[in-house]
Amino acid sequence: MNYRFNNLWSLTIVACLIPLLWLLLDIAFDNLGSNPIQALHIRLGDWSLRFLWLTLAITPIQTITKWRGMTDYRQMLGLYAFFYATLHLLAYLLLDQDLVWPIIGIDIIESPYIWFGVTAYIIIFSLALTSPKWTKKRMGKTWKKLHRFIYIAAVAAIIHYYWQLKGNLAEPLFYLIMVFLLLGFRVAAWFKTRQFNKMMIPTGQRVLVVSVPIKQLVMSEIIREQQGDNTERIDESQTLI
Amino acid sequence: MIIKTKKDIAASEITDPLVFKGRRQIIKAMVATMLAGTGVLPALANNNNPVWPDLPKGYVSTDALMPTPAEVIKNYTNYYEFSFNKKDATRLAQSLPTDPWSVEISGEVENPGIYYLEDILRQQTLQEYIYRFRCVEAWSMVVPWVGFSLGSLLKMVNPLSTANFVKFTAVYQPKIMPKQLENAMLEWPYVEGLRIDEAMHPLTILAVGMYGDILPKQNGAPLRLVVPWKYGFKSIKAIVKIELTKRPPITTWNKFAPNDYGFYSNVNPAVAHPRWSQNSERQLGSSFFTPRRQTELFNGYGKEVASLYSNMDLRHFF
Repeated sequence: MNYRFNNLWSLTIVACLIPLLWLLLDIAFDNLGSNPIQALHIRLGDWSLRFLWLTLAITPIQTITKWRGMTDYRQMLGLYAFFYATLHLLAYLLLDQDLVWPIIGIDIIESPYIWFGVTAYIIIFSLALTSPKWTKKRMGKTWKKLHRFIYIAAVAAIIHYYWQLKGNLAEPLFYLIMVFLLLGFRVAAWFKTRQFNKMMIPTGQRVLVVSVPIKQLVMSEIIREQQGDNTERIDESQTLI
Repeated sequence: MIIKTKKDIAASEITDPLVFKGRRQIIKAMVATMLAGTGVLPALANNNNPVWPDLPKGYVSTDALMPTPAEVIKNYTNYYEFSFNKKDATRLAQSLPTDPWSVEISGEVENPGIYYLEDILRQQTLQEYIYRFRCVEAWSMVVPWVGFSLGSLLKMVNPLSTANFVKFTAVYQPKIMPKQLENAMLEWPYVEGLRIDEAMHPLTILAVGMYGDILPKQNGAPLRLVVPWKYGFKSIKAIVKIELTKRPPITTWNKFAPNDYGFYSNVNPAVAHPRWSQNSERQLGSSFFTPRRQTELFNGYGKEVASLYSNMDLRHFF
């Protein structure tokens, strides 16, 4: 990344550390209530989830505002989601469980809500590992496919949050709506491109394409994306028909 | 807010004012000598003027269990009638009027009727019961309750031989309890139940206080059930009705999610909640880097209560 370390960039880096600072202050002033370990643990998880959907929000914002150069911010926010998720995991292992592995083992086996947390973490972990620019270049199209898993991570993280609750569902519901809105935006954008692609197809074949059931269209779309070449795309949709 | 609370809970709610005033002076003197003498009870460390400073200890209650600090207990309680959030529940619960309070005892009993709490307390012997309280959310605390045996109250009204279960109903005050007004989540009023032998067990108490003082409203004032070998949600707060029934009562959480919360809900580390483990618990008041406590069957009261369930498959009747 060239020397575009402008003020906004450094400001964002610092701003994303405020939740951690705030938490440390609350620890120092004994402000975490009757169950400080759980409070801390949940706060870290909350922030990880918040950064996760902020990361997801970048592309739609970029599309709407046509503001280029937000990819770097997306990477940074994604890494912060990973950062808070890692602290969340460490808080569980160290502060709550004090690394007593037999009890941790039983806890993980018996708690389905943790399975979703682990799933989300494994995904975010592999996304963080492959986040450097050179990896992105080397991985090519696989990178994009891999990084689409962030949606699975987000949904898994919300289930992880939701399933350990007995009552107050307002917040996880809010996150779920956010993630589905963002996902909905992608789907809408995708459909828009699909319409555009269709216009590229000669009129004679267009009728055929329209009569294809949705599911096949979706499949053909996936194949199209994988291949990329325009002529091949048309061939592919024809074979599917 | 807290200052206002103190005003709201007049001690006269529970004890006859005259008796109370006289008692208080004696207490003050006693507290002074006690503090000077033997080790300071944790109860007294938290309050300078407890209503019941040195009650005799109840069944299996010893100082071996170190009580959780009062501030922790007072600020960590589920009270879904007020809010699904513990902090808000504590704040909102302060508006519940608890004076005067009466309890209807009905059903399969010889002497049904509406009893004033004051009258009940005059006939019951208050004791201090130091119990571990294990929540289904996998945390626990040790509470020095002030209360009396539920069995002794039930004996007072003479249950009939047809009384197989005891149904408890909590207060219904939608004007004060926001979640009741919104009809949110659970079916209101809150209902809990016990088998008659569980209800008559000497460990089962009705609590009117903790730490030698009147029960804070968020902790279930003025009268709550405490069944130490069951998950906390069985210990219903602000009871207005006790009904002895032939058939098992339909209880609130059990009705809401029968696969998650059984009628018995005995603490059992081997039976996980469908979404989380019950194998261990976070002890409130413990510091960072402290391992979780291994949860015990019947919350550690197996010696006293296991015989109630000797022929039952605890996995099935969870």
